[in-house]
Amino acid sequence: MEEQRGHSGPSETLYRLISTASPLLFLLFWEGLVQVGWLDYRFFPPPSTVLTVFGRLLLSGELWNHLSISLLRVLAGFALGALPAVALGLLMGWFRGLHAFIDPLVAATYPVPKIALLPLFLILFGLGETTKIVTIAVAVFFLVLISTVNGVRQIEPVLIEAGQSYGARGWRLFYKVILPASLPAIFTGLRLGLGVALLVIVGAEFVAANRGIGYLIWISWSTLAVNKMYVGLVTIALLGLLSTRGLEYLRQRLMPWAQDFHTPR
Amino acid sequence: MSASITIRDVGKRYQSRQGEVVALADVNLTVQAGEFMCIVGPSGCGKSTLLRMLAGIGSYDAGSIDLGSGAGGSRPLTAMVFQEYALFPWRTVLENVAFGLEMRNVPRQARRAVALDYLAKVGLARFAGAFPHQLSGGMKQRVAIARALATGPDILLMDEPFAALDAQTRYLMQEELLRIWEAERKTVVYITHSLEEAVLLGDRVALMTARPGRIKEVYPIDLPRPRHLALRTTVEFNRLVQTIWDDLVEEVNAAREQEWGVGPAQEGTARMTPREEKEWKSKEATAAHPKPYTG
Ligand SMILES: Nc1ncnc2c1ncn2[C@@H]1O[C@H](COP(=O)(O)OP(=O)(O)O)[C@@H](O)[C@H]1O
Ligand SMILES: [Mg+2]
Repeated sequence: MEEQRGHSGPSETLYRLISTASPLLFLLFWEGLVQVGWLDYRFFPPPSTVLTVFGRLLLSGELWNHLSISLLRVLAGFALGALPAVALGLLMGWFRGLHAFIDPLVAATYPVPKIALLPLFLILFGLGETTKIVTIAVAVFFLVLISTVNGVRQIEPVLIEAGQSYGARGWRLFYKVILPASLPAIFTGLRLGLGVALLVIVGAEFVAANRGIGYLIWISWSTLAVNKMYVGLVTIALLGLLSTRGLEYLRQRLMPWAQDFHTPR
Repeated sequence: MSASITIRDVGKRYQSRQGEVVALADVNLTVQAGEFMCIVGPSGCGKSTLLRMLAGIGSYDAGSIDLGSGAGGSRPLTAMVFQEYALFPWRTVLENVAFGLEMRNVPRQARRAVALDYLAKVGLARFAGAFPHQLSGGMKQRVAIARALATGPDILLMDEPFAALDAQTRYLMQEELLRIWEAERKTVVYITHSLEEAVLLGDRVALMTARPGRIKEVYPIDLPRPRHLALRTTVEFNRLVQTIWDDLVEEVNAAREQEWGVGPAQEGTARMTPREEKEWKSKEATAAHPKPYTG
């Protein structure tokens, strides 16, 4: 603890300041290049213009119209994929037979980029919401499943022995020891899953939607409304940032005991 | 309060990728109710295997283990203290100590009260709300001991509990354990690789052979109680350590041969080089002259 204090203090705030300043400097630099005319404003509109358009779309409700449906799809798909993945992952981690049975199937299908399954789901479910939600769910499912399985398998055996020696057996051992012990790994899976959900939703909305942030980006590009396209990009970037930060906050609240793990900042 | 232990002809084999390992063969040992039994032996001879069986988390494939009887004729309660502490990182110190009681469906308020009581006994009441990762090694092991004692076990099982601690902390913990045990007089089976520790703590010391482990000899330690670290400087103490060492060294060499395939030595020569033997002993010897313990 003493050591940590040595590292934080003034220098920590300084680094934080530098980290905040760098994106701002980048935007200023960009703005400057466009103003001077070294960057073509038709393809690289200055940040100030993007911000203005962002505000206009926000106030008119157009942005929210796209954002809300994207959020809905992401959350529905996320829940649909993550919940069964955690349940199955815990079981696979614990029961070696089940693992032996299912793992080859996972290993064979996992490398397929999930967005490549979109045409298949379009055939199966049509152009409605189901297709997009299912595509996200599948992508999330694999990441959360794999993390959860690893989480259970990496539990220190002595923790399980300790649980058993104090009388935790069967179902109780499961939710008093195995579940909490794998929680950090499950959380890592959820974080990765949310990231990939954002990736997939944009891709899916490019081709199979008439609302949503992905659709906004795509339609703006095809109509050469470059400013709007940038608004879409900024929105999706903010969404990624917010969800990562939100999950990290949640993790610290729910698992103050878990050692810090790598989070892209 | 405490129960006796009778181990008869117990054997255990492990199947591993390299083939079958006979960990234990014909282990016979009796521990009286309220006795402090120390077990020493070369590493890999099956000490932990034996202790896990007593804790009810390991199976054996020959012989029998009789734990006497606990309250109301039920299986006596055992509680295990692991070398690696094995605290649950997601539980606060208090919740860790209360774990055993929770598994026995003791109501929340009652188990918290008992847990706090034992935390106070190991001097950690202040840390009830902390998480294990915030504690030092010595503190973690004290929590683990409190967790074991809080369940009110008939038999306390300890597997090299202080091996990972630095020397000073180890001395303090030994004194503390002596104090607690002399007050409660539980049946204790205590595994250690330190002969000093075994002689300091134990009523008897059982010496195990190299794998397959069996009990080679049991030494009564007739040193007066209450015991303190100062005992280590007495002639009687050191004579006992030396006696056990003389029998142990053969087993250590045998175990080394198994492990690294050190070639067959000529009859009558120690397979440890004199220098190695000196090192082995000096580790023990540093423990023989501890700094005076105050407080
Ligand atoms: N789960 C296991 N599978 C296979 N072999 C094991 C297992 N546990 C212990 N062994 C082997 O059994 C022997 C005794 O181990 P252990 O009881 O841990 O010894 P000790 O505690 O005396 O050092 C060792 O040779 C060890 O490699
Ligand atoms: Mg061991």
